[in-house]
Amino acid sequence: MNHTGFDDLRQSNRTLLFKLGFVVVVMFGFGFALVPFYDQICKVTGLRDIDSPDRVENSQVDRSRTVRLEFDANVRKLPWTFRPLAPVVSVHPGEVTQVVYEVENTTDRPMTGQAIPSYGPQLAAEYFKKLDCFCFAKQSFGPHEKRQMPVVFVIDPRLPRDLNTISLSYTFFEVEGN
Amino acid sequence: MSSIPHDHAAGHDVGHEHAHHPSGITRWITTTNHKDIGTLYLWFSFIMFLVGGVMALAIRAELFQPGLQLVEPEFFNQLNTVHGLIMIFGAIMPAAVGFANWQVPLMIGAPDMAFARMNNWSFWLLPFAGVLLLGSFLAPGGAPSAGWSLYPPLSVQTGMGMDMTIFAVHIMGASSIMGSINIITTILNMRAPGMTMMKMPLFVWTWLITAYLLIAVMPVLAGAVTMLLTDRHFGTSFFNAAGGGDPVLFQHVFWFFGHPEVYIMILPSFGIVSTIIPAFARKPLFGYASMVYATASIAILSFMVWAHHMFTVGMAAAGQVFFMYVTLLIALPTAVKVLNWVATMWKGSMIFEAPMLFAIGFIFMFTVGGFTGLVLSLVPVDIALHDTYYVVAHFHYVLVAGSLFAFFGGIYYWLPKWCGRMYDETLGEWHFWTSFVFFNITFFPMHFLGLAGMPRRVPDYATQFTDWNMVASIGAFGFGLSQALFLYIVLKCIMFGAPAPARPWEGSDTLEWTLPSPAPYHTFETPPQVR
Repeated sequence: MNHTGFDDLRQSNRTLLFKLGFVVVVMFGFGFALVPFYDQICKVTGLRDIDSPDRVENSQVDRSRTVRLEFDANVRKLPWTFRPLAPVVSVHPGEVTQVVYEVENTTDRPMTGQAIPSYGPQLAAEYFKKLDCFCFAKQSFGPHEKRQMPVVFVIDPRLPRDLNTISLSYTFFEVEGN
Repeated sequence: MSSIPHDHAAGHDVGHEHAHHPSGITRWITTTNHKDIGTLYLWFSFIMFLVGGVMALAIRAELFQPGLQLVEPEFFNQLNTVHGLIMIFGAIMPAAVGFANWQVPLMIGAPDMAFARMNNWSFWLLPFAGVLLLGSFLAPGGAPSAGWSLYPPLSVQTGMGMDMTIFAVHIMGASSIMGSINIITTILNMRAPGMTMMKMPLFVWTWLITAYLLIAVMPVLAGAVTMLLTDRHFGTSFFNAAGGGDPVLFQHVFWFFGHPEVYIMILPSFGIVSTIIPAFARKPLFGYASMVYATASIAILSFMVWAHHMFTVGMAAAGQVFFMYVTLLIALPTAVKVLNWVATMWKGSMIFEAPMLFAIGFIFMFTVGGFTGLVLSLVPVDIALHDTYYVVAHFHYVLVAGSLFAFFGGIYYWLPKWCGRMYDETLGEWHFWTSFVFFNITFFPMHFLGLAGMPRRVPDYATQFTDWNMVASIGAFGFGLSQALFLYIVLKCIMFGAPAPARPWEGSDTLEWTLPSPAPYHTFETPPQVR
């Protein structure tokens, strides 16, 4: 092979190197693009719709049984106190109920947080219909501000009969940059 | 970086250059020769195979009886995790790249890889990544214990061993990406005159497709573990539900990488088997073009099936059905390949030497693993069998009896060309039969355990699982010993083997057999003419 041949090969190898390197960069970006894409899919399909009120279709109160509700409160790396005023409540499915949580910002600066709910057992989530909740929005607290905040909900009467205890756990996390 | 290695730039006065390379350890550290680098890759992967194998034996020793005997549960989980990571990223993938380094230039008539210095770098990143990964055992909190798939929330919560693992995965990913770019460029730009794409040996085709898969998905894995890292240390909440993230998102991103990854591990083996079978059946490969198209179809479909690893996360039924059907679809191109191999052997004059035994063993047991894969692709069955030993049995049939057996076959097949000496045929056949028997003793009972409900990744189990676990553990130690025999065979071949002729297998017809054995340090500096 002569020198021109080598130079041609060197050039076309280099061109291919850059093309393939470009694919690598695009695919690295694609991995991160899956994050908003996933959120959109969840939003469109309603799979992870946790910050808007639920619709209640059946308001029949089922007085034949009571469900024990346990409320739990956590903070994640946040110097706040956060607790339910009544940690355990018994309700009939179909009954509109309100419970109150108390939050205090123990720091000397204003802070903003958001609460995320989770349910135990997981299955209970689709029967726990929240009409109003402090977790639907970000909550801002001034220095040492203390506030009581409600959750209004209905337990769907279609709740399976073998489910008689539901835990609702909130975790407050800080929303930075507010 | 230079795209033409300097030892080719001076390629005019060939013949006098051969001895002009450093000797001793410097030769191996500075080498840009594809044969040296191939050898390095293969030895590295063999050492990692032994390391991962010792971990597997520790796992099997603990599972010999119910109850906790040898290791603490935390350490057991670490062994499980690192065994998987080491075998995938340290053993199978580098071994495949080692084969590519040795064989791709020889089979297409190229003088070396396209980017020889980058090739050196691709390899020498690996030992550092391996040390980092194994070093995580010494970190506070030990090695990662979240399983090789590194699922959050556990992987976000564990100690700094996880950070070392994340960096090791980054480095190994960079190595794979550089290796793949090198392989693609070599194949597309440096084939001998006359070698059109559809005349390339099938091993070259499978590696071309594998390399494309690698550059498409290794960056996605790098992204996923980067997100884990920022979740751990920089306050992001990609996967933290409390912070508005979602741990299931990680599973989606991970398996978008993970499923193509399982084909990355098997396609080069398909290529090796497609090379060995025609040589020992002394017939051309049946359905060459359909093999190429089947490989490409498998690669394309592999991007559309990732969620079958996560049927139990609470996915919508429509999603489950979609992923189930696409998964079933992969059986078609795979069946094309298996049937072509069988048709190649049909009425062939077969000789059953070690490479052929491993290739036939591969077809037999890969098919078993493929069928259990079909069973698992069915949503209702998968929901019952998810995370049981049935899954462990399935992927060891395709990865050990699949990928690894093909590599053993490939090593016996090409050893005469690589080192110029023949291996001990009797011992090679012993290696096959002991590996074959002990493999099945180890992994076949795991189907029963899984169907009976034994979960994977547990150090202890209910007493009704005892008998089959004992059988599996005995098989595992037998399989481990068989690999010591393999090491002995290879060393004996390198040191005392009988001199090999240029073309020891009479059915072989690819370009490397036109060279003397052992292949000279520099080959095809004048490209051969392919008809």
